[in-house]
Amino acid sequence: MYRYTDFDTAFVAERNRQFRQQVERRISGALTEDEFKPLRLMNGLYLQLHAYMLRVAIPYGTLNSAQMDQLALLAEKWDKGYGHFTTRQNIQYNWPKLGDVPDMLDALAEVGLHAIQTSGNTIRNVTADHFAGAAADEIADPRPVAELLRQWSTDHPEFQFLPRKFKIAVIGSANDRAVIKAHDIGIQVVERDGQIGYRVLVGGGLGRTPMIGKELSDFVPQADLLPYVEAVVSVWNLLGRRDNKYKARIKITVHEHGVEEIRALVESRFAETKAAFGGHDVALFEEIAAQFAPPAFRNAPTEVYDAAYATDPVFRAWADTNLSAHRIDGYAIAQISLKAHGETPGDASADQMRVMADIARRFGHDELRISHEQNVVLPHVHKSDLPAIHKILKANGLATANIGRISDIIACPGMDYCALATARSIPIAQEIATRFDELKIENDIGELKIKISGCINACGHHHVGHIGILGLDRAGVENYQITLGGDATETAALGERTGPGFSADDIVPAIERIVEAYLEHRSGREESFLETYRRLGMAPFKLALYGEEAAKKARAA
Amino acid sequence: MSKPFSPKVVTANALIEGDVIYLAADDRWVRSLTEAEVLTDEAVAQLRLLDASARPAEAVGVYLAEVADGPDGPQPTHFREAFRATGPSNYAHGKQAEG
Repeated sequence: MYRYTDFDTAFVAERNRQFRQQVERRISGALTEDEFKPLRLMNGLYLQLHAYMLRVAIPYGTLNSAQMDQLALLAEKWDKGYGHFTTRQNIQYNWPKLGDVPDMLDALAEVGLHAIQTSGNTIRNVTADHFAGAAADEIADPRPVAELLRQWSTDHPEFQFLPRKFKIAVIGSANDRAVIKAHDIGIQVVERDGQIGYRVLVGGGLGRTPMIGKELSDFVPQADLLPYVEAVVSVWNLLGRRDNKYKARIKITVHEHGVEEIRALVESRFAETKAAFGGHDVALFEEIAAQFAPPAFRNAPTEVYDAAYATDPVFRAWADTNLSAHRIDGYAIAQISLKAHGETPGDASADQMRVMADIARRFGHDELRISHEQNVVLPHVHKSDLPAIHKILKANGLATANIGRISDIIACPGMDYCALATARSIPIAQEIATRFDELKIENDIGELKIKISGCINACGHHHVGHIGILGLDRAGVENYQITLGGDATETAALGERTGPGFSADDIVPAIERIVEAYLEHRSGREESFLETYRRLGMAPFKLALYGEEAAKKARAA
Repeated sequence: MSKPFSPKVVTANALIEGDVIYLAADDRWVRSLTEAEVLTDEAVAQLRLLDASARPAEAVGVYLAEVADGPDGPQPTHFREAFRATGPSNYAHGKQAEG
């Protein structure tokens, strides 16, 4: 794992010192809110519906146990005993007081964390595959690239006043677990003729105008990546629409100019950036990559695991849903669901954070990951330790066996917290999870991803949910639109709207009707919801939702 | 004919705590909507909004929120203001916990 250099430590300390003084000047009245707001946003501090909110970056979703322990301390000391993990691998504290935030930032700095560039029109936290360094299908760990990009983008003088925010995601395998096609830039590690390079996508994004990213280059050599990415951001920085915030993201720039024109401009700019970098970035990359060396995996028998799997049905159910293939024999990737039925998606109490930190310390090579799906990952656990880990998780409300199931819902904070929201998300997620738990059909349904956003900005990724739910304000009443057929993976697709929305009372029964239609029409248990939707289209689901008239129209269309 | 003016309260977030505050008739910032001054005259409401906006050391994001005046004081007419007046629905945090 990357450790802060003296430069990093000094940089964060200096920023914290500046922000402490800015807060003092705001409280004394020396700074107006208009003057203070851009300063607090640069440091991740929002003012939301009921309170301030501090968004802390978890670079590429990777944490060690000391960092997780410190997140727990912040939750307990300066918040209400919990934190909320987000769809961008960050953590948010919903209740800090303005005067406490400088102390919170200092506490974060003690463990190499900060909140810089988690807001504002800057390059945001660089996200990555949450299975990085562990996945069996990986070509190379994407995190050294993400860390290189983090260092390059932090306080980059050219990119502090971009047309709009800018999000980058990196993956190291053909299977996309980081939704790179819905990012401003998506980077995929690829191999060609024995050489590592990068496939670069541009112009993806959700929100008001959702777009799937387009391929800008099928292979950027490793040594060219940073100047190439700088060229992309630089081209957009000049072309991007500063006249209209809804048209300012790079997805609109790419859409308006066409990917060919953007590619030509990037290549021309790249000639300049490549010359300017002079190879320092390549040397830095090598230093960074060395810090992501794999841990010392052990070679041990797995009988304990096999025995527990054979005899303990609760353990088996958890293993079947929450474990993924590790690249080392005898190891597994274990996901800790933060989606206990009826609870808030992505929330963990301070106690739970400490439990997870302790498990990572004792059994997990001191590593934890936060997924964009708002769960926690133990990337490296030996199978023989899994029964013991499961027992601890179970005792702490963390053993929910539902990864990838209908109750493993992504939900943004929605109008329970967010000042931008138009409707609530969390209670809808809680009700859907509770309902399907009561029905006891989650495992029968199989893989089904529901994603809920409480406004058009789509933090809850609803466009790429197999079932997407968008909460809107219709004449002063919460109303929920449904989309079907979205896909967040390498076969990314935007969902299609079913028709008129549903009230808060009607949305859960509507989802139930969709699921019933799927169970009725699927060719067999092995055909997933998404596959059934792709085979049959919208008609059977429209019929289930709206009755015969609407379904006829859908068939005619 | 112009639309009749619907009753309003002056509301904002407190600078230090960040929580929802309302302007009372005696110029205090109060934490509970029911203690807020209900403004039924548009000209007066605009004036009160100006007064409140001139207190940046206490309040952030001052605006007029619509209410319905009832026997127990002002009530929110929109669900957003209802959440602001009570707190989130997933935990008993915020105003609903403070009583």
